[in-house]
Amino acid sequence: MKENHEITMDTFLDGLWKENPVFVMLLGMCPVLAVTNTTMNAIAMGLATTFVLLSSSLLVSLLRHAIPKQVRIASYIVIIATFVTIVDYLIQAISLELYNALGAFIQLIVVNCMILGRAESYASKTRPMKAMANALGMGGGFTIALLCLGTVREVLGNGTLLGYSLFGDSFQPWVVMVLPPGGFFVLGSWLLLFAWLRQHNERRREKKLLETEAANGN
Amino acid sequence: MTEYALILVSTVLVNNFVLVKFLGLCPFMGVSRKLETATGMGLATTFVLTLSSVCSYLVNEYMLAPLGLEYLRTIAFILVIAVVVQFTEMVVHKTSPLLYQVLGIFLPLITTNCAVLGVALLNTQAQHGFLESAVYGFGAAAGFSLVLVLFAAMRERITVADVPAVFRGPAIALITAGLMSMAFMGFSGLVKG
Repeated sequence: MKENHEITMDTFLDGLWKENPVFVMLLGMCPVLAVTNTTMNAIAMGLATTFVLLSSSLLVSLLRHAIPKQVRIASYIVIIATFVTIVDYLIQAISLELYNALGAFIQLIVVNCMILGRAESYASKTRPMKAMANALGMGGGFTIALLCLGTVREVLGNGTLLGYSLFGDSFQPWVVMVLPPGGFFVLGSWLLLFAWLRQHNERRREKKLLETEAANGN
Repeated sequence: MTEYALILVSTVLVNNFVLVKFLGLCPFMGVSRKLETATGMGLATTFVLTLSSVCSYLVNEYMLAPLGLEYLRTIAFILVIAVVVQFTEMVVHKTSPLLYQVLGIFLPLITTNCAVLGVALLNTQAQHGFLESAVYGFGAAAGFSLVLVLFAAMRERITVADVPAVFRGPAIALITAGLMSMAFMGFSGLVKG
């Protein structure tokens, strides 16, 4: 079978919306829920994951003919773990405060199923440039999802955005939002919103279809 | 002895790995549709987690630390876990076909369960000793299994309940998990610190 090497806009955009790793595929949920109690953490985690995804996709794609089939998963994990170690030390050097806030979750990027999934199902089958475009889209989609959760949780649970107070002193923070249950609720609500939108669109399309059919019938 | 009991209670109930620390959510959502599979997954995870937390402690203490190779920790741990999982699969396959039938399909999935790597990393961060690591690993796994089985039982009920169409699927599951997480916050006074 001939491989399709063309890089289209969809290669990049699929990850952002149609195949969003968090909202559509429900992959890599542990960091999504765990580190999104503030927006800053969400941004840092998103960037770190995107970096690991991008560099591991590139390397896997470059080595795709060199890695024997039988040991491919182990090789991918070692490649991913190498980049995770780099990110781990990088963040530690840049901001110790951030490093402590994210805790073990930076090292746990290794077992983020999204990254291994991309390596196995995409990067190992295409050329480096295309793999990178796709990884960038997926990483972007992941970061957007983290931001969606992070902002909502910080604004509701703390009354602040990126550390700046939004509502003044009279605001009573909704503490449960920054606690663990809030993560589940907010992600659940986002999924609910998307399900509702999808249903809404489908209904509208069906109605339109019926109308055109009726018009044609007359 | 009290020390170990405290670690156990704290990991199973107070700092539950799934609901409070958010580790191991993928299997929590993935295999909780049926009570039977949830039980199998819980058992397999308990076995592997306890074993791998002990093994990673040994590797960290006697290989990485003396050689000054702490920066290889993440890679070393993930390899240790992969080896333990593979080894467990082989042993179970040879010794007990019945057990293999129950646990077999879950074993490969455990490698990418972030709770397993999480326990190994948290053990080194908290500088737990040999026994403490083992108890911590076992407690984490027991907490994981407990929540997984409870959640599976709830999801079985939800599938027959009349849930509004938009809520169906992952949305209702996540909100249920959130309510469970709130219930588990009630344990937070049990152990201090």
